Amino acid sequence: MQINITFNGTAQTSDVEPRQLLVDYIRGTGATGTHIGCDTTSCGACTVLVDGTPMKSCTMFAVQANGKSITTVEGLKQNGDLHQIQASFKEKHGLQCGFCTPGMMLTSAALLEENPDPSEDEIRWAISGNICRCTGYINIVKAVQHAGEQLRNS
Amino acid sequence: MFPPAFAYSAPESLDEALATLTNEGESARVLAGGQSLIPMMKLRLASPAHLVDINNIPGLDYIDAANGYLRIGALVRHNDIVNSELVTAHNGAIASAAPWVADPLVRNRGTLCGSVAHCDPEGDWNSVMLAARAQVVAQSTSGERVIAIDDFVVDFFTNSLEPGEIVKEVRVPKYAGRGGGAYLKLERKIGDYATVAVATQLQLGEDGKISEAGIALTAVNNKNTRAIAAERALVGEEPSDEIFKEAAALAAQAAEPESNVRGTAEWKRNVVSVYTRRGLEASLAQARA
Ligand SMILES: Cc1cc2nc3c(=O)[nH]c(=O)nc-3n(C[C@H](O)[C@H](O)[C@H](O)COP(=O)(O)OP(=O)(O)OC[C@H]3O[C@@H](n4cnc5c(N)ncnc54)[C@H](O)[C@@H]3O)c2cc1C
Ligand code: FES
Ligand code: FES
Repeated sequence: MQINITFNGTAQTSDVEPRQLLVDYIRGTGATGTHIGCDTTSCGACTVLVDGTPMKSCTMFAVQANGKSITTVEGLKQNGDLHQIQASFKEKHGLQCGFCTPGMMLTSAALLEENPDPSEDEIRWAISGNICRCTGYINIVKAVQHAGEQLRNS
Repeated sequence: MFPPAFAYSAPESLDEALATLTNEGESARVLAGGQSLIPMMKLRLASPAHLVDINNIPGLDYIDAANGYLRIGALVRHNDIVNSELVTAHNGAIASAAPWVADPLVRNRGTLCGSVAHCDPEGDWNSVMLAARAQVVAQSTSGERVIAIDDFVVDFFTNSLEPGEIVKEVRVPKYAGRGGGAYLKLERKIGDYATVAVATQLQLGEDGKISEAGIALTAVNNKNTRAIAAERALVGEEPSDEIFKEAAALAAQAAEPESNVRGTAEWKRNVVSVYTRRGLEASLAQARA
């Protein structure tokens, strides 16, 4: 089936089989920042933004993205500069192995769009569908708080 | 992982979706949020030959409170309910359950109606709906049918829809007078299915006595189950600690849990009793507020 997607800001037309999962479609284009962790809808490593809302791309078919705008970690960067959430994850060491990081940053970026000054509880609640096996979340929370501050002050 | 091949259609009207479902018969399945169906297809526990994706149908994402019911359309996502002031104003049990369904990413996509249709005994919504005396509005090419939730939830992953029917809406009657409700859920970790959960709803008459009571249990039977003896013990009574304790004990008797990794049967039954009592207290406080 033919689908038209705005992928990280660029219009794209592709021919896909209905059973192809969105995550496999995305990774097949060479954008391998979207990870497959569990493949069973449990971990959030495959999180992408669908029209701005974070969703698990292992649990959507590519055909369902027809007419939608998809943002992956590759699309966070603007004009060659890191998005503030990326800069803050770097600054606050919000990652160790990095496997959860793309999904974690996309969920956090969507949270900050909606709520520029979230409390620690609100941050932890918002990222509770994104599992990290390394950091213990402490520096992730700090990174999101830092990004929020920077965005509010900019 | 990917599922077996299937034919896919994404109709842009309910009529078109219903026509396709009727033509394809039992081999077709509705795809709503996909948060239960797609994982099942990937694990090859389900292999529908045809998926009718309803996500592109306009006008199904409504929450409204007209004509005596709080009505929730087929494309209302769990997270829309978390954020709905209308839901908070009209039904305490629905409002308190919404944030505890799955995790935020699943809540952005999964639907209440899909969850109700799915009839997973560990799912949260059917207990809430049983306690709130919901009705399921099923639509087919031959018209609309209203099904009481007690008749809709048939068994383990089994509802009473006929082939060709779509759940268009789930609705709950508004409180007749003062009312309140709660959903208490014990989970091993955030985002998990319930170890045990209890939905409660109380309505008070002019005289302050309990005029209607709803209690239903999650994850302790082969389907979401009303604790009918407990409900009966409450109706007509003055709310009190004693009567709540009695109802809690009766609710525990309605539970037939299995011992598993989430806990022993005896302990789960005990949680049913404690959560029923706490849920009734919270429902009463809300009704009196
Ligand atoms: C990690 C994870 C955790 C979860 N935790 C919980 C939890 O704690 N509590 C909980 O209650 N649920 C939980 N769920 C399930 C979640 O709530 C699903 O969203 C829900 O079960 C199904 O809704 P859906 O819209 O995604 O339906 P789908 O997956 O699209 O469909 C489910 C079934 O219902 C049928 N169906 C869907 N919509 C309709 C309709 N309108 N008419 C007729 N048939 C229809 C489909 O054909 C299918 O058989 C969890 C899911 C995941 C992946
Ligand atoms: S890979 Fe999608 S949720 Fe884990
Ligand atoms: S940094 Fe390793 S999983 Fe999160």
